[in-house]
Amino acid sequence: MDETNRDVIQGTLDMLILKTLSLEPMHGFGIARRVEQISRGVFKVNPGSLLTALQRLERSGWLDSEWRQTENSRRAKVYSLTRTGKKQLEFETAEWTRRSSAIARLLRAAG
Amino acid sequence: MSLWRQLTRGLRVLTNRTGADHELAEELQDYLEHATTSLEASGLTPEEARRAARHEIGNAMVVRDRVRAYGWENVVDTQFADLRYAGRQLCNNAGFAVTAILILGLGIGATTAIFSAINPILFQSLPYPHPDRVVMIFEMRDGGSRLPNFGTYEGLSERSHSFDAIAVMKPWQPAMVGIGEPELFEGQRVSAGYFRALGVHPALGRDFQTADDQFHGPSVVILSDRLWHRRFSGDPQIIGRQITLENSSSQLDATNSFTVIGVMPSGFENVLAPSAELWAPLQYNPALPPDSREWGHHLRMVACLQPSVSEEEAKSELDAILPAFGRTHAKGFESAGGIPAGVVVTSLHDNVTAGVKPALLAILGAVVLVLLIASVNVTNLLLARSAQRRGEFAVRAALGAGQRRLLRQLITESLLLAGLGGIFGIAVATLGVRILVALSPPGLPRVDAIRVDGTVLLFAFGITTCIGLLVGLVPAIQASRNDPHAALQQSSRQNIGGHQLVRRSLVVSEVALALILLLSAGLLLRSLERLFSVDPGFDASQVLTMQVQESGYRYEGDDARARFFQQSLEGVRHIPGIASAAFVSQLPLSGDYEVYGIEFEAYPREDEAVFRYAVSADYFKTMRIPLRRGRLLDEGDRTGAPVAVLISESLAKRKFHDRDPIGQRVRMGPNMGRPDKPWAIIVGVVGDVKQLSLAANEAEAFYTTPAQWAWVDNAQSVVVRTDRNPATLVSSVRDAIWSVDKDLPIVRVATMESLLAQTEAQRRFALIIFEAFAVVALLLAATGIYAVLSGGIAERMREIGVRAALGATRGSILTLVIRQGMTLTVLGVGIGLLGAVAATEAIAAMLFGVSRLDPVTCLGVITLLGGVSLLACGVPAWRAARVDPAITLRAE
Repeated sequence: MDETNRDVIQGTLDMLILKTLSLEPMHGFGIARRVEQISRGVFKVNPGSLLTALQRLERSGWLDSEWRQTENSRRAKVYSLTRTGKKQLEFETAEWTRRSSAIARLLRAAG
Repeated sequence: MSLWRQLTRGLRVLTNRTGADHELAEELQDYLEHATTSLEASGLTPEEARRAARHEIGNAMVVRDRVRAYGWENVVDTQFADLRYAGRQLCNNAGFAVTAILILGLGIGATTAIFSAINPILFQSLPYPHPDRVVMIFEMRDGGSRLPNFGTYEGLSERSHSFDAIAVMKPWQPAMVGIGEPELFEGQRVSAGYFRALGVHPALGRDFQTADDQFHGPSVVILSDRLWHRRFSGDPQIIGRQITLENSSSQLDATNSFTVIGVMPSGFENVLAPSAELWAPLQYNPALPPDSREWGHHLRMVACLQPSVSEEEAKSELDAILPAFGRTHAKGFESAGGIPAGVVVTSLHDNVTAGVKPALLAILGAVVLVLLIASVNVTNLLLARSAQRRGEFAVRAALGAGQRRLLRQLITESLLLAGLGGIFGIAVATLGVRILVALSPPGLPRVDAIRVDGTVLLFAFGITTCIGLLVGLVPAIQASRNDPHAALQQSSRQNIGGHQLVRRSLVVSEVALALILLLSAGLLLRSLERLFSVDPGFDASQVLTMQVQESGYRYEGDDARARFFQQSLEGVRHIPGIASAAFVSQLPLSGDYEVYGIEFEAYPREDEAVFRYAVSADYFKTMRIPLRRGRLLDEGDRTGAPVAVLISESLAKRKFHDRDPIGQRVRMGPNMGRPDKPWAIIVGVVGDVKQLSLAANEAEAFYTTPAQWAWVDNAQSVVVRTDRNPATLVSSVRDAIWSVDKDLPIVRVATMESLLAQTEAQRRFALIIFEAFAVVALLLAATGIYAVLSGGIAERMREIGVRAALGATRGSILTLVIRQGMTLTVLGVGIGLLGAVAATEAIAAMLFGVSRLDPVTCLGVITLLGGVSLLACGVPAWRAARVDPAITLRAE
């Protein structure tokens, strides 16, 4: 068991999902793996949280979904970013940058 | 966009829950497969990969529940589940459900019906653009108010600056003649500003103008929408058409052809004369000759305040104007009871509703009591139910249902119950409103506005919700307090105590409320009894009356008019079965109200206004009004002879005390204060007669023959005493009058007995409603006692069994249970009597001749309530006494 905290930072899961989908449409597992890979294993996505978040983002109109036939004749739900989702991502990115640089400044000053 | 998405997706889930669940399962499965494949690729065996993937996802059920819990549809979904469950609960217990729904429905229905009647009358403002600015103005004299005369109107309207419009009006009953039986219309003669004072305008044509309301002015008429449709089939060309009307209330109209100048809108509600269908200008003489009708106090005055002027400001302005005007027109005012001291200003709304307000508020109070009793009763039923369901609640709590969740479930159940009750209640209300309108006493204002409308439905919905929450709350709190552990173990006897206490206090309150209602109904009943034992001063049995309205212009002069009435009377007298007949200018207890001034030679400068009757000689014989002193009027009291006057007993007593009034001299009406007119002589004293109502004490009056009065009244009532059922003689009397002149409208055909009954119509209306409510309350209280006792006995079967086994006789068990039930009744009666002290205040205005806590009524009501509750106790007591100890103990 890994002892370090690998939970996604509170409130950032939505942004991470939107960012991941801005590259290409993907299914749920793909999104989870991509977040883990890009963060080099720092974050690990809980499937329960992921599916709930996907449902919420879809309802908010930031994601679209469709069922696609996969190569081994199963159905997979594939999510893609909508136009408003793209805007939301820009907004959240800007917001995140603003906040994290503020925190970074605070930490530097304190150190 | 997002809202739309929320809505549509949510609805899709709601309508196809299994589909949504299926998709979620599929997505999870897909996730699992991908995870497995990817783990396999990293070098794990398929078996290990699958296990690792499962571990990563965790409990699929939990994931699914988390995803499912998202979205508004989820809240709706659980609510629906609660509702379905509540519905099943009610279905499983149909007897309970039907009882509760019936009780609630009757309560809600009765309350809604009463509300729909009271709302337009008391709470809504009148249907005019500025209802709060429309006021009625009366003359103030001797501390009381009286109707204004035309002189007052002239004086005020010329000098006052407080009003946008001011007008006077009087009733008018023109007839359409010539074809078949003459049809009589209800209408009004109004001064030009009448519609402007109300703030309404004709929908077609034009309003009255000052030029229309001139002495001897043009004959113009405005029609109601209803009359326009009924008689002229809504003809759009009606304006300018001539219609033929005989005008029966104005002696000065020489024409009978009227030009239609306007039609009022269909929504126009004329609260001052609800049945009026046409309006014509008053056309009184502004020169105000001193002893003319212009000085008669028979007009009503309505005005629209200017927006910036308050009622008080208007009153103080008029108070300054009127006495000054009176002094310059002293002669005119003297012929009619003296110069007014000022004015009384009331809002039109108060004026219209003041008469019925106490009765309506009392009825509203009564129905609230009924609703309370109904709610208490259903609460009790629910409590009994939740006692039976304690095991179920315990299981649910043990399975993880939180207190809140249980509370919500129970409230959902009671709301569903109340909702069904409400639907039934609206049906009851719709029917109830019809019954109310049918029963409503004459003179109830705005009857046409009484109906089940949006406001009423909203009200019904409101009380239904309140009741749903109210009746659910006590049982829900009780149930959620239950310790599931104890309940599961069924060793919950200590719970029964507390829970029975609540139910018993509810029963006590039911009995108390029922007592208040019963007592109120009893007091009203006694009042009505007392009223009808009041001597009206005449013998009403076997007397038939009808009013003949001779149109003013029809006969040239008083002689011709007098001849007509004389001939009609001759004709009526000769009808077989008629013992005696007479004409009278104003009929007792008919709504007629006519007072004139009288001046006594012995007491100069003391003007009185008393009832004036012009009667033909046989009037006293026909009505059986007793002669106290002197002689009655007879044929000798004719024109030219010295004027003979009879006065009533109470007037004689107040004026002359023990001295003999016979031979004393008086001047009356237009002759008052005029030394050039001869004195009239008092020739006799007759018994007092109730003119206005049985409860009213005004009985001071004088009588003359029509021939010796200043004019011959054109509307007179014929009274006939018969030796058979008076109703059978209606057509022969009518034909006898029509054989003299077939074009005269005859109205207000009634027996004296029905008029007598009608004077107390409002009290009777209140009584009927109170009686109905009291009976319902009594029944509900009795079922309440019964339910609590039998519930208690079911729970105490074992204890009773033990008692019986230990040697308690049937008699002692019977006494035990009955004592228990009667304790509740006695407590309830005690509290109810205390409540009644406050509550009967509300009906004090309707009581007559009984005190608010009349001991006889109290005793009767308590006996009745006691008897009924004894009966309600008796059945469960008897059942308890028959408990077989062997069976109950074995059942343990």
